[in-house]
Amino acid sequence: MIERAANPPLPAGDPTTPDSIPRERNQWWDVWDQFRTHKGAMAGLFFLLGITLFCLIGPLLWGVDPNTLDIRNKDLRPVVNALWGVEKVSWAHPFGTDNLGRDIMAQTMQGGRISLAVGWTAMILAIVIGTFVGVIAGYFPRLDGLLMRLTDLFLALPLLPLLLVMMLLFRDPLRAAFGPEQGIFILIVIGIGITSWMQTARIVRGDVLALKEREYVLAARSIGTPSRRIITRHLLPNVLSPIMVSATLGLATAIITESAISFLGLGFPPDYPTWGKLLADAVPRMVSFPERVIWPGLAISLTVLAVNYIGDGLRDALDPRIRGT
Amino acid sequence: MLTYTIRRLLISIPTLLLIAFVIFMLLELAPGDPMASMPLTIPAEVKQQMREALGLGEPWWVRFPLWLKQFFIVEPAYWIDSIFGTDLAAGQQRIISFQSRSPVFDTIAQRLPQTIWVVGMSYVVGVLIALPVGIISAYRQYSVFDQAGTFVSMIGFSVPPFFSGVLLIVIFSVSLGWLPSIYDTTHQVRDWDSFVFQLRQMVMPVMVLALQTTAQISRYMRAAMLDNLGQDYVRTARAKGMSERVVVLKHVLRNSMIPVITVIALGIPSIFGGAIITEQIFKVNGLGQLLIIALQGNDIPMVMTLTFLFAVLIVMFNLIADVLYGVFDPRIRYD
Repeated sequence: MIERAANPPLPAGDPTTPDSIPRERNQWWDVWDQFRTHKGAMAGLFFLLGITLFCLIGPLLWGVDPNTLDIRNKDLRPVVNALWGVEKVSWAHPFGTDNLGRDIMAQTMQGGRISLAVGWTAMILAIVIGTFVGVIAGYFPRLDGLLMRLTDLFLALPLLPLLLVMMLLFRDPLRAAFGPEQGIFILIVIGIGITSWMQTARIVRGDVLALKEREYVLAARSIGTPSRRIITRHLLPNVLSPIMVSATLGLATAIITESAISFLGLGFPPDYPTWGKLLADAVPRMVSFPERVIWPGLAISLTVLAVNYIGDGLRDALDPRIRGT
Repeated sequence: MLTYTIRRLLISIPTLLLIAFVIFMLLELAPGDPMASMPLTIPAEVKQQMREALGLGEPWWVRFPLWLKQFFIVEPAYWIDSIFGTDLAAGQQRIISFQSRSPVFDTIAQRLPQTIWVVGMSYVVGVLIALPVGIISAYRQYSVFDQAGTFVSMIGFSVPPFFSGVLLIVIFSVSLGWLPSIYDTTHQVRDWDSFVFQLRQMVMPVMVLALQTTAQISRYMRAAMLDNLGQDYVRTARAKGMSERVVVLKHVLRNSMIPVITVIALGIPSIFGGAIITEQIFKVNGLGQLLIIALQGNDIPMVMTLTFLFAVLIVMFNLIADVLYGVFDPRIRYD
């Protein structure tokens, strides 16, 4: 910051002609420049993009249905195993097949689609609830006490047991209402969403409490800006950076929680693969086929690791005290 | 301090009642029916009688206070009876599991030692590893050790227990054959050999849970140490000519422990939640596994009681953390 003050960015050329003044640089470019210096965060970003593309575009290119049973080609090993002389490999199934002859690569792609979709949607839901509660609690003092007691109550709930209870008890009506896949998807997303908004709400409330005493909010209020517009125009943009950081944490937790539910056998129906389910299905036969446990597990772990590193980099990049030094 | 503790204790009573009500209503709203698995040949009126025998005939505003009475009055009375040989309970109805038809608390008492052993041991191990790692990481900031510590704790945050546990089984049980993959809870420690066996079967579940604890607490320890290492009193202590050992391990460490102790206290209930998955992997028949079985069997009294016990743990350790904060830091005054 100090070096910047010493070298103010002088406009090139004649200052009297307004055309020659370089256009105001968007502050997000500064954030991006800082973000790029964080090696772990960049690696994480590339990994996340890569695995998202693999899951989104992969099925179009690969074109094998993940649920086709091919019992003659069951229990094929991944082609990598040919390096140490394992028989039973086939280039038709590079990741091998499972005990019913289903192609594991297609299943991994399909599972990744669902795991990532659940993760993103649940995270967005949690962020929306958390931001809403946080802003309302911070801005309207009359609702503050009530909403924060509610947040404390949610924080005191045993979340994983309750999530499991919700999964088990509400799966049948939702399946009847929306179909087996949609119903469980809605249930898992809502379950994770309403059990993980509390941290965001607390952070946002704290920031809003401090921001609404600033002069520019007072100025906006004095010219008669309605509360709704003060919130959307002045407060929300200023609490965006903590929200983005907690969004990355939320994505990581949502992916892990979904996998945990699937692992415990309370998630999606059996013919509907997710990474957690692939891992859980492979556990009983891991003595003979350890690779089937390792690949989905690595996919979950590396994705979460990537998201955590992105969060780390984002936290540094969005902090103006670190940025630009 | 005492008035604060008492006030917090009093506040936690309505909180717990509210939580109990939320859990009760959630289970009440759910469509699951414990009679669903009964044969279809049973006539409807007999089914109704069986439902009433399970205590399901009454509306919720009768059953919820009844459950509260059973949980807070009848069960402690049975406890006191069994310890002192008194007769307070006088044969009142206890909370009965739908599945085993035996008192819920008897089953919990059977399962508790396994969970306490594995979970408690893993927490102790995790904290014992985390504290020195955090201290050294902070003292030698940006050194190789610090970078490695950051990376390992990133892994601890990212690798879910159901993968790290399975990975350990693949490596140490399947490939190397060093450790048993299933936790044998009927095993009794009688002599040296059986003690060694107990240690070997505890290594993997404890390590899985300890990795997560270590990741979290070493980060907090490092941050707290870094905060304090830059303070003026550290410079003063060094200027006085005190040895580096005394400065770091006495002055800085003591001040840094204040936030870390509360984090340690706050983490204890969440480790019980994490144990649900770890117990499932290593087939430890502890509380987490009991909850899963009860859920699958639609055993509502068991699920209700266990979930509420988890909630009690959370509220209790929140209280303990706040009180400890005041005890260790004389600058904090709640009154």
